[in-house]
Amino acid sequence: MSTAQTETGSPKRRLGDLVFANLTLAAGVLILIALAGVAIFLTVEGAPALGAGSSDLSGHSNFLTYVAPLVFGTLLAALIALLIALPLSLGVALAVSHFAPRRVAVLIGYVVDLLAAVPSVVYGLWGILVLGPRLIPVYAWLSAHASWIPFFGGTPSNTGRTILTASIVLAIMIIPIITAITREIFSQTPRLNEEAALALGATRWEMVRLAVLPYGRSGIVSAAMLGLGRALGETMAVALVLSASGVVTFHLISSTNPSTIAANIALTFADASGVQRNALIASGLVLFLITFVVNFSARAIVARYEPGSK
Amino acid sequence: MTDLDTAPHTAVALRGGHLPRYAPAIAGVVAIAAGALIGITVHWNLAGIAILAVLLYMVGLTIWSRLVENARRATDRLVTSLVWVALSLAFIPLFSLLYETVSKGAGAINGKFLTWTMRNVIDAPGGIYHAIVGTLLITLAATVIAVPVGLLSAIYLVEYGGPSRLARWIRFLVDVMTGIPSIVAGLFAYALFSLIIGPGTQFGIGGGVALSLLMIPIVVRSTEEMLKLVPHDLREASYALGVPKWKTIVKVVLPTAMAGIITGVTLAIARVIGETAPLLIICGSTDSLNTNLFHGQMTSLPVFIYTSYTQAGANPEILQKMAWGAALVLIVIVMVLNVLARVAGRFFAPKTGH
Repeated sequence: MSTAQTETGSPKRRLGDLVFANLTLAAGVLILIALAGVAIFLTVEGAPALGAGSSDLSGHSNFLTYVAPLVFGTLLAALIALLIALPLSLGVALAVSHFAPRRVAVLIGYVVDLLAAVPSVVYGLWGILVLGPRLIPVYAWLSAHASWIPFFGGTPSNTGRTILTASIVLAIMIIPIITAITREIFSQTPRLNEEAALALGATRWEMVRLAVLPYGRSGIVSAAMLGLGRALGETMAVALVLSASGVVTFHLISSTNPSTIAANIALTFADASGVQRNALIASGLVLFLITFVVNFSARAIVARYEPGSK
Repeated sequence: MTDLDTAPHTAVALRGGHLPRYAPAIAGVVAIAAGALIGITVHWNLAGIAILAVLLYMVGLTIWSRLVENARRATDRLVTSLVWVALSLAFIPLFSLLYETVSKGAGAINGKFLTWTMRNVIDAPGGIYHAIVGTLLITLAATVIAVPVGLLSAIYLVEYGGPSRLARWIRFLVDVMTGIPSIVAGLFAYALFSLIIGPGTQFGIGGGVALSLLMIPIVVRSTEEMLKLVPHDLREASYALGVPKWKTIVKVVLPTAMAGIITGVTLAIARVIGETAPLLIICGSTDSLNTNLFHGQMTSLPVFIYTSYTQAGANPEILQKMAWGAALVLIVIVMVLNVLARVAGRFFAPKTGH
């Protein structure tokens, strides 16, 4: 708006303006270049892995069979994390926006910020040294009494370092991002809709169900996808917690677990050499593409419903 | 003054039954008591008793409400308790984590821990000085790269780009960029420097590049929000005085938004200072102090925590204790940055003149 007004007002452009405007434009374009650079450099450095043999791909005959179990593990861990985190995050978001008194809500907001501020490696350390050991008896019990459910089959882990433990840690780590977005959307619910529902005699839950949740549906979907994207790419928590053996299995509490792309890179990169590193970079490219698609769709949904975009 | 006043109140119930205000409290106390009684008789531990008490509370209160009030209110009470249960479930891990970190890490921290390195230290507690220095240098490098780029891009988006197609794409892709996995940023830096310098290059500045990739989107978005808040009247007043646009931005718009920008940058630093995965790949790790960003491997605090656990050697207890100590130091640094961000916001806020 201001651009048009000033440009019509000044017939000649000053040198300073020209330099500054182009400088800011260059910075903006640099961001696009960096994003493209991520894809390009990973492709260039990952390409040699496509022709690699089984000696460089930890026993797999080609790159596809090498990366497929990792993709499976990545998706499995992230989906379980999302399943755990979504209800909890919606609970926290509703508590902040509609259920808690104002002062308590502010306090809860601070605690959520705190949750987001803890570094991932500390979550990993906590997961392996505190949470894992506490879950061993739970896993033993589940294995003894609920092994007819396919997820709880297999030999129960006696270290607690299972994909379920990793997913629980991941869930804790993605709660802040899901909460932040859903709480924002929930608190934007039109006041009139809420008051109309209450005036018709709705209880608080009915008001939330009739006015808040329908209004925030797209926000919930995109928040869940952003959380999923975060969980897909999270490295250290999984690398520390999971005792991975690279298998493809739906057993969540057994001693053999699928690995994830990110954790596999972190665990093996230092000892890898030559084409092995190229293969790891190529698997990183796969991870980048998956998270890019997830984030792209999530942001597209958010952008569609952003105020003023219609 | 007629029948209305004198007419006897008939028992037409305009509202149904109502539980007293303190009903949840009563149900809570009863549930805890019953849970403890049952739990102790069958020898459950504290966690089991707590779960039992919560279940008893939810079932008890819902049934009570169903009997006295009605089904809709009962559902409302059930959902309300579910919301609070979700809240506690989400927060229990955080409190456990903070408690464990403080209780296990506090004992490791002393003068030697903060001033020594791990050079030639075998099977004995050493220090994390090299990791603290590494973290500060790498984060400084990332900030030096990310802040100018992020700031200028945000200025472009708000002041020049406006609703143009390019600006909309930049804005959208910056949002997408916030979701880039940190390890991918590390691989990007590694691939970049492998192509430029040679395969297997690991040094501090690479970590700076990787972290700046993660920082830029946060800086752009927070700065953009802040620049948008600057009133248009201020810009118009400046233009009316004949001030060029770039000078208006530098002398009027930026100072007005400075408080928010500094808060955003500090929060971005706090966000990346705990990153481990990219530094593990591009910076490697070393036991010695390295102050040269452009040569040699460099340990940072998060990587130190990770390697202390994974490469614990013969005496895992010693290094594990150091890992908790380093975790405590790292959390304190992040907390201090978060507090600084809020304080800076107040300190640099433009004077209102009233």
